[in-house]
Amino acid sequence: MTTVNPNLPSKTNRLGLPMTEYKGLDSTLCAGCGHDGITSQIVKAFYEYGVEPHRVAKFSGIGCSSKTPAYFIGNSHGFNAVHGRMPAVATGAMLANRTLVGVGVSGDGDTASIGIGQFIHLLRRNIPLIYIIENNGVYGLTKGQFSATADVGSKLKNGIVNELPPIDCCVLAIELGCSYVARSFAGDPKQLVPLIKGAIAHKGTALLDVISPCVTFNNHEGSTKSFKYAKEHEEMLHEIGFVPYFEQIQADYPEGAVKEVELHDGSHIRLRKLDRDYDPSSKPQALQLIRKANELGELITGLLFYDREKKDFIDDLNMMDEPLATLPTSQVRPSREALAEINKEFS
Amino acid sequence: MSNGTQTALAGVTQEQGVPEEIVNDFSIQVATVNGSGSQSANSVLMRSIFLMGVPVSGKNIFPSNIAGLPTWYTIRANQHGYVARRREVDLCIAMNPETARDDVRNVRPGGVAIYEEALNLGTLREDITLYPVPFAKLATQSSPEPKLRKLLANMIYVGVVAELLGIGRDEVVAAIKTQFKSKAKAVELNVMAVDLGIDYVRARLMKRDPFRVVRMGLTAGKIIIDGNSAAALGAMFAGCTVVTWYPITPSSSLCETMIEYFSRYRIDPETGKATFAIVQAEDELAALGMVIGAGWAGARAMTATSGPGISLMGEFAGLAYFTEIPAVVWDIERIGPSTGLPTRTSQGDVLSAFYLSHGDTKHIVLFPSSVEECFEFAGTAFDLAERFQTIVFVLSDLDLGMNNWMAHPFQYPNKPLDRGKVLTRDDLERLGQFERYRDVDGDGIPYRTLPGTQHPLAAYFTRGSGHNEKAGYSERPEDYKNLMDRLLRKMDTARSYVPQPIVDINPNAKIGLIAFGTTDWAVVETRDQLKEEGIESSYLRIRALPFTPGLLEFVERHDRVYVIEQNRDGQMGDLIKLKVGRQCDRIQKVLHYTGHPIDARTITEAVTTAEDQMKEGK
Ligand SMILES: Cc1ncc(C[n+]2csc(CCOP(=O)(O)OP(=O)(O)O)c2C)c(N)n1
Ligand code: SF4
Ligand SMILES: [Mg+2]
Repeated sequence: MTTVNPNLPSKTNRLGLPMTEYKGLDSTLCAGCGHDGITSQIVKAFYEYGVEPHRVAKFSGIGCSSKTPAYFIGNSHGFNAVHGRMPAVATGAMLANRTLVGVGVSGDGDTASIGIGQFIHLLRRNIPLIYIIENNGVYGLTKGQFSATADVGSKLKNGIVNELPPIDCCVLAIELGCSYVARSFAGDPKQLVPLIKGAIAHKGTALLDVISPCVTFNNHEGSTKSFKYAKEHEEMLHEIGFVPYFEQIQADYPEGAVKEVELHDGSHIRLRKLDRDYDPSSKPQALQLIRKANELGELITGLLFYDREKKDFIDDLNMMDEPLATLPTSQVRPSREALAEINKEFS
Repeated sequence: MSNGTQTALAGVTQEQGVPEEIVNDFSIQVATVNGSGSQSANSVLMRSIFLMGVPVSGKNIFPSNIAGLPTWYTIRANQHGYVARRREVDLCIAMNPETARDDVRNVRPGGVAIYEEALNLGTLREDITLYPVPFAKLATQSSPEPKLRKLLANMIYVGVVAELLGIGRDEVVAAIKTQFKSKAKAVELNVMAVDLGIDYVRARLMKRDPFRVVRMGLTAGKIIIDGNSAAALGAMFAGCTVVTWYPITPSSSLCETMIEYFSRYRIDPETGKATFAIVQAEDELAALGMVIGAGWAGARAMTATSGPGISLMGEFAGLAYFTEIPAVVWDIERIGPSTGLPTRTSQGDVLSAFYLSHGDTKHIVLFPSSVEECFEFAGTAFDLAERFQTIVFVLSDLDLGMNNWMAHPFQYPNKPLDRGKVLTRDDLERLGQFERYRDVDGDGIPYRTLPGTQHPLAAYFTRGSGHNEKAGYSERPEDYKNLMDRLLRKMDTARSYVPQPIVDINPNAKIGLIAFGTTDWAVVETRDQLKEEGIESSYLRIRALPFTPGLLEFVERHDRVYVIEQNRDGQMGDLIKLKVGRQCDRIQKVLHYTGHPIDARTITEAVTTAEDQMKEGK
């Protein structure tokens, strides 16, 4: 794939960058926290895909999960916004510079409680952004209160039981026209990495709801977001592979066993059939599947929904190809004649 | 005088002789029902006077309602160029049956009331001239369509007033053409309605009042525009690229005007693509969040709102302050939260804007007083936001934003855009180092890089107040204090960059006046009124916060300084008191908070009363 340069570290990606270029500061999260697992998969996905670090813009709200953008791709700009408001900040930045690859990391509290309004409107707009929810069912950073994704009957460490119905962010996303919706588990790197790569290749919002156990406040017996519970209840929809646009596709599978999903940049996601036939392009099927899994207490993972045709917000606004932020004055200040014409209109 | 047939009218007092003429100096109040389409008639009337060369202003006093509630439009014509609201009503046009009695009672003695004949108000006042006009009947002649008739009834009063005051038909027709953007059919219908009014006066009314419009040359070359449109245009010429908004009166028209003009003038001719993004956000939190995201990524981004939106923006305002991200927020001030007086003007957000957010924040705030300044400050605000890497508020108000004002045509901005201290890839290469929050130049302003900059030194991580000079996470006391002190230094630097006050020192004056924003128009008139009463005054018009160096000197120069503003608590007065320390006893407050724009007479009375008390006290 790449020519060998003796000065480069032994293993590099197609840009000649080693994996360390995709790392950030050392994590300060609790040892074993699900969020750290996701951070590693983000590093891996961006490294393997070969995204230029300077093109990446990282966003987050507030929470343990929202700290993690500091722990990956250190050579990209990052923005730790305020609690629940990452969508607005990311929207603004992506409008200002459409050439950026935006990655947002949020928590279930950050997204589904305080930030639900902004989350919903981000989905509606189909802002080009990879949106990862590190979903642990609690507020980690404020020490373990229930969030709005906690399941009915799930129990806090202190014995309090949640009686309120959970918000399913994937259902919301599908309903609201999000064009790439996946659910995964922090303990399943094999699935998460290709899903993140697919999100990089996708144009529009790519939502990844990743179950990410909080080992300190929600990993006990009675929790439905613990490592143990997730492992026992995970139902994989399909086995996922990713073929980037710069690699040849090889058809090495039997007829009917694999579904190829073509993404905007020419990359492909390969869904290898497991127990069932699943077509991620059907909204009703996706919704029914998730609802049923939720009823059974199953954690259904995989690419739940994909819509390649959906226009993103940048298209809707008919924006210039160049970043608005750095357009020259000649393009953003109308002429003297224009002002004279306007003055005349008001005289 | 009137050139029509003279007919005596039942129920109208006959005047003895001809009163002395009052030329080009009066106020008109048109009382209608909102949603009745009177707005265009009012604009035409105002513009007709403007086209007669007489300085004029128009103010809409309207309810928070779509249709059916009383609305008043006041027009003031004044040969001296005073355009502030006048407290007294000289001529009233009572078109709203529900308020007609009160409206007519409100006319000052010696004034005029024109009203729907069917209302039978002939016996209401003996001390004013009454002109009953059968508007409804005349309107039936104007069109067979009932809906159109209603609209045209408004234009009939324009004809009546024009003829009574001596406003030329040519001027009215020209104003109609401007109003209806030369749509032939609409122009024709409206001119016909005006003629019905003119003809009625000529045939049936005898001019018995003193008010007249006589051509002057004082408005030649000027334009008429509202402050929100001026701000929108100013931003367009200042290279604004990202606009976000959530509808709220009285700010909505600012962004709506942006949509209109950006679509016309900011489409790249080669590609047909937009050089801007305008987003109607889901709320004001999101609106400011988007502006901050866009500002972080290097765009000139702004939003416009009013008080309730400002309240919602609190947390984000602090984030912009501590992370040092450019953002521009226009606050078109109005009264109060929730229902109440959301369509009435106020200057009540001075403190909330200046200090918005938590934990030692203060912001640059600009106070335009005219439409010219709305246009100019739209650019200034971006320059300051980018130069100082901070959030800048521009405080306009409903009176300035939504009413029509005379102005000089806008000047083409000849200054280059000030994009502030942004390091490019080449800069980084040359410098060999970059620390996001280090005060390299000693002015408190650090350097920044934009996301997407292709250089290994460029990236940094943005987070609230917990960071060191390298933008690393830090909770160290020294780092936090260092940041706070630098932010203060930055604010100090800003004092000489923000628009400086307009100061007029009268060497004989014992008193000084301080005002800002739209209060200026009344103060200008007040000063002349005070002079007539033998009181000389100096005047300082504040145009920005933080305060600029000359303020203390101005206060020290005068025995008493009256700070005049349109809010209950004297918010600017309090800030000035804090600033001038031991001189704070000199500060007196003149406050107006009715929801109606301030008028000169109110200020003059307050100042003369206070001055008299001073004398008596001595
Ligand atoms: C406006 C506001 N309210 C409350 C908080 C306190 N707070 C910080 S993080 C957090 C919850 C975070 O939960 P989640 O998003 O699920 O992240 P986790 O820590 O679980 O990863 C809360 C309530 C805050 N920072 N800001
Ligand atoms: S408290 Fe929970 S979510 Fe936060 S770092 Fe620790 S394990 Fe992770
Ligand atoms: Mg959480």
